[in-house]
Amino acid sequence: MTKKRWFMGITASAAMLLAACSAESVEEGSSEETDTINIAGIFEQSGPVAAYGTSELNGVQLAVEEINEAGGVNGKEFELTDYDTQSEETEAAQLATRAASEGAHVLVGPATSGAAMAAAPSAAAASVPLVSPSATADQVTVGEDGEVTPYVFRTSFKDSFQGIALANFADNELGAEKAVILGDNSSDYGVGLAEAFTGEFDGEIVATENFTAGDTDFSAVLTSLADQEFDVLFVPGYYEEAGLIIRQAREMGIDQPILGPDGFGNEQLVELAGAENVTDVYYSAHYTSEGDNPNVSEFVSAFEESYGSEPDMFAALAYDTVYLVADAVEGLDEVTPEAIRDALREVEDFEGVTGTFSFDDFHNPVKSAIVVELENGEEVNFTEVQPE
Amino acid sequence: MSSFMQQVINGLSLGSIYALIALGYTMVYGIIKLINFAHGEIFMIGAFVGYATIQFLNVGLVPALIVAMAASALLGVIIERVAYRPLRKSSRITALITAIGVSYLIQNGMIQWVGPNVRPFPQVLSNVRYDLGLFSISSIQLIIFGTAIVLMVALQLIVHRTKMGKAMRAVSMDPEAAQLMGINVNHVISFTFMLGSALAGAGGVLVGLFYNTINPMMGFLPGLKAFIAAVLGGIGIIPGAMLGGVLIGLTETMVVAYGDSLLRDAVVFVILILILLVRPSGILGKTTKEKV
Repeated sequence: MTKKRWFMGITASAAMLLAACSAESVEEGSSEETDTINIAGIFEQSGPVAAYGTSELNGVQLAVEEINEAGGVNGKEFELTDYDTQSEETEAAQLATRAASEGAHVLVGPATSGAAMAAAPSAAAASVPLVSPSATADQVTVGEDGEVTPYVFRTSFKDSFQGIALANFADNELGAEKAVILGDNSSDYGVGLAEAFTGEFDGEIVATENFTAGDTDFSAVLTSLADQEFDVLFVPGYYEEAGLIIRQAREMGIDQPILGPDGFGNEQLVELAGAENVTDVYYSAHYTSEGDNPNVSEFVSAFEESYGSEPDMFAALAYDTVYLVADAVEGLDEVTPEAIRDALREVEDFEGVTGTFSFDDFHNPVKSAIVVELENGEEVNFTEVQPE
Repeated sequence: MSSFMQQVINGLSLGSIYALIALGYTMVYGIIKLINFAHGEIFMIGAFVGYATIQFLNVGLVPALIVAMAASALLGVIIERVAYRPLRKSSRITALITAIGVSYLIQNGMIQWVGPNVRPFPQVLSNVRYDLGLFSISSIQLIIFGTAIVLMVALQLIVHRTKMGKAMRAVSMDPEAAQLMGINVNHVISFTFMLGSALAGAGGVLVGLFYNTINPMMGFLPGLKAFIAAVLGGIGIIPGAMLGGVLIGLTETMVVAYGDSLLRDAVVFVILILILLVRPSGILGKTTKEKV
């Protein structure tokens, strides 16, 4: 036993030495030509937000397989290496550095805004582009100085756009003149959405109330809201609390339309609220499996074949991210991280399963949001809200 | 006016949930002078056991309640046996810190095991809402309120009218003297934990049912607030837990209704600080000088 351990120690240190050498050599060679296009999938595969990360990794894997089956891009195959951030932001930053030193041409992920922001400096230091499928916080692609962060892109629309789109939807589609906001003030997400909505909404905001993540009792705040006159209730927050808010509001007799962001987009929302309460509920989504886009139906059936379940929006956004990279790589003579970054900026009218888009000057895709209407817990209607 | 009455009902209903948790807290403290910070986690475990029983065995509320109470009682006894009994002779701060450790252990153990996500609680009771003109109240609100009162009375009876209760009070006054009188102190303390934990488990199931959501973190904040409720009412005093719970529930509701929804939790903690400064023994507590 001791002998074996001793032997293993030697092998381990030898392996580490080797790894160190190879990492060095790759680092030097990363700006030179390689036979493959290396994609690092940096995702939350375990920990609290593992659901997002694993779903996105599935989307990435599917896209990589499809691209390679079709012969790759420019005759080069995509090679995917996946890294698990364990839902830790510091881990995301370290893994971005590690992936870059291991020869990644482009980093895909992480799923959450916080992790993407943590990984951004590492990506910039290594001069490797990072494309997050679902980091929606406005600050992800804009530095504190108001300048665009040069190496960070995203495939999803940003939070403030959602707030604006939902305000427009309330104005135009719901014809609302008075709105009340019951927002999650314990996350940047909820606060940012509430601000964007307030800024854009043409009517009057009658009242703004707050809750914090983890709250379960909303009876007091809903009772006081019920006394107000309003046409729509906007709930910028996640499904965990939104489901309970919908339930308690409907049970209390608040029957105005309830409007929410993509944080509503989880099947648990309906279960938490009770299907009979989820009528006249609207939320903005990045993607819908409904509709007549042939790309979407192909994607859905391929995904179901590989993973046995319907893809969610995270998988769809991640899938688009890989094709987006492929689109950028296609026109390149020489594939280097910098060249991919430059090409990503120039991407025009990319047709993905989550919509057709180009990037604006701040590396945000200019795409439309889909507002989903729920009736008795079922998706019944989809309205496209165009970007400005 | 009607909305004020409704807010009072909201406050009472929230308060009876705190009271339900605070009862167990205060009883354990009353007997062995230990603030069992793992109490909120036992409440959470009760909710999960109830959830699993209903989900996988397809039974109704009453069997689920019984299973959840039994499992929580067992857990309470195990925690006491493994974590607190070896420290009974140590200083009180040691036991307190251990209790915090046990609390985090259970919480994170459950996060590891079942995941951190919220899950909806199977709705075994249809929640009917009675509209009484001035206010409306739901059937589950009535059940929670009723359960809290019944349990308070039952606990009071157990502690003050039964032989076991007499033993509990004896242990609370002087464990060594109680032992000399032929009371099995270990049994009495185990029984105390069993009772308190069973209450917490029942509370967990009812709260899960009421709000239709459970998650491994669900015991943390309510547990903390129930602790404040127990301190406010006078820790160790059973009717005090009920009073404190209702007061905290009402305060929170009124702050949200007529103040600022952001201050909700802050106000509760301010109450804790004030009561500790002004009347540390709580509203119903008697100020007794410790004999040296």
